[in-house]
Amino acid sequence: MDEARISRHGSGARLWLAGGWLLLALLAAIFAPLVAPQDPLAQDLMFERLPPFWMSGSEPGFWLGTDSLGRDLLSRLVFGARIAFIVAFAAALAACLVGSTLGLIAGYFGGWADRIISRIVDVWMAFPPVLFAILLVAVLGTGLSSVIIAIAVIDWTRFCRVIRAETMGQARMDYVENARIAGYGRIGIMLREVLPNVVPSIVALLSLEMGIAVIVEAILSFVNLSISTDDPTWGGIIAEGRLSIHQAWWVLVFPLVTLILTVLSFSQFGEALKARFDPVLR
Amino acid sequence: MLLQRFLIRLLTMAITLFGVAVVVFVVIRVAPGDPIAMMLPPGATDADIARLRALYGLDKTIVEQFFIWLSGVVRGDFGTSISLRQDVLGLVFNRLPATLELAIVALLMALAIGGTTAILGARERGTAVEAGIDIASGAALSIPDFLWGLVLILLFGVLVPVFDISGRVSPQLDLPFVTQFYLFESLARLRFDLTKDLLGHMLMPAIALALPLAAIISQLLKQSLKEVLDLDYVVLARVKGFSETQVILREALKNAALPTLTLVGVQFTFLIGGTVIVERLFSYEGLGNMAIDAVINRDLPLIQGIVLVFALLFVLINLAVDMMYALLNPRLRHG
Repeated sequence: MDEARISRHGSGARLWLAGGWLLLALLAAIFAPLVAPQDPLAQDLMFERLPPFWMSGSEPGFWLGTDSLGRDLLSRLVFGARIAFIVAFAAALAACLVGSTLGLIAGYFGGWADRIISRIVDVWMAFPPVLFAILLVAVLGTGLSSVIIAIAVIDWTRFCRVIRAETMGQARMDYVENARIAGYGRIGIMLREVLPNVVPSIVALLSLEMGIAVIVEAILSFVNLSISTDDPTWGGIIAEGRLSIHQAWWVLVFPLVTLILTVLSFSQFGEALKARFDPVLR
Repeated sequence: MLLQRFLIRLLTMAITLFGVAVVVFVVIRVAPGDPIAMMLPPGATDADIARLRALYGLDKTIVEQFFIWLSGVVRGDFGTSISLRQDVLGLVFNRLPATLELAIVALLMALAIGGTTAILGARERGTAVEAGIDIASGAALSIPDFLWGLVLILLFGVLVPVFDISGRVSPQLDLPFVTQFYLFESLARLRFDLTKDLLGHMLMPAIALALPLAAIISQLLKQSLKEVLDLDYVVLARVKGFSETQVILREALKNAALPTLTLVGVQFTFLIGGTVIVERLFSYEGLGNMAIDAVINRDLPLIQGIVLVFALLFVLINLAVDMMYALLNPRLRHG
């Protein structure tokens, strides 16, 4: 009990810190044209590889410096947040919808439904996920919707596995048996009685998956297989930064810090939310 | 009992691999680009195109192509790479050892780091040391291998350039190896100068792969150790005068390790999956790096071959862990 109380105590601070960063990044993404100090695509060879504002040789207005084509790094990060959040929300929701539905069905009905769904999950788990993602985007053609589809197609198993196991646990509980005796139908029990009890896990997984989607998008951009190369993406900036690492370290450091903060925030936010809503911990 | 369990696992393994083969085959065949078009010089005639399509079997229906390919695979013939114009199996076997060495070194590191921090955390339970270990493992777990790789490149490739950040071995070295297992062979030949160079290249990608797994091992093993440490037989050992470290190493660890072991198996397959992008990041010449090139070049036979080899590796690891668990767990052994 002691540990539960400690984790609940700590969950408040985590929730606010993680939520605060995510809100900040989301607002920057939504109001990107207002927030970004420069045009993210404007190249200026007079201003190539400018260092960040505290170093000598920096230029006012280019707070985090510029890349090898003289494009403003801060503006590119702000606009890159748009792609990151669109992919995070769309891909995670799609994966959640498919995976949770199949997980509920497999866990609640068992039998053949469970056997078939579990076998498909086994096949999916035998693919190296990054290679699978790269392959799917190569096949579907680069673009925002391809990236979203690829992530959803690969990561639905994460939801399916967890929700299946949780549903199986819930299905054995007395309240399910009582509902059956009371004359409720099986699908009605699944949706009205079991589903609400696995929602905290779904919420935590959804938040975690958003962070994973951001990473996968960055990896795809890194191997030049995400959206069109003109639009700034965090992974694209990282790929440039990796190339000019000895001349301009800031081109790699700032997108990397942004990515790490975002991924940590998504996973911590999900955990903290789960701790807050979980009736057992509460 | 054990044999029956083994045979059932073998059967599901075969079904899984067949499923992987079908999925990858179908996915690749719906690709819009024509792989043949990339091989031809400008000005090739329609007859040339038709001849090449026939050569790679691309003129038949998808179902026919699948079974021709599958019957080849069963006989060990994975076809010919379109972009490299070499035997696929030969290419894969040439690169697989590099990836296996990297994965094994990463696994050993994860076990060492995770095991040490778990034992330390269990011994110092309830103190600031344990809290520090919890925070570190939480961060290590949340940050994926791709980002760890970039952080390491910045720290030890640029800020304090102590390690090589690209390749598998320094190109100017003369390599006497007959196998592709460079690291293991350098140890066997007592050529420690080469071992040092190889490890210098391998260390950073291996750490990037190891950190998330180390965190999982640390958390799970610490939890099991703490549970075991309250049991009567451990308390008895403590009463007999053993120190806390002795109690953990001699009494508790053996019983606490089993739940961790099953998890390490699945997590090891995740680690191998991670080699794909980490190898790319460090320009390490392994299977994953070749796979990304194969996808970019639309090299269908090579992609199929690599994906299938990865899948085979994954199911074999799961099988091995399952069998090890059955052998070590007395409840299953006598069940």
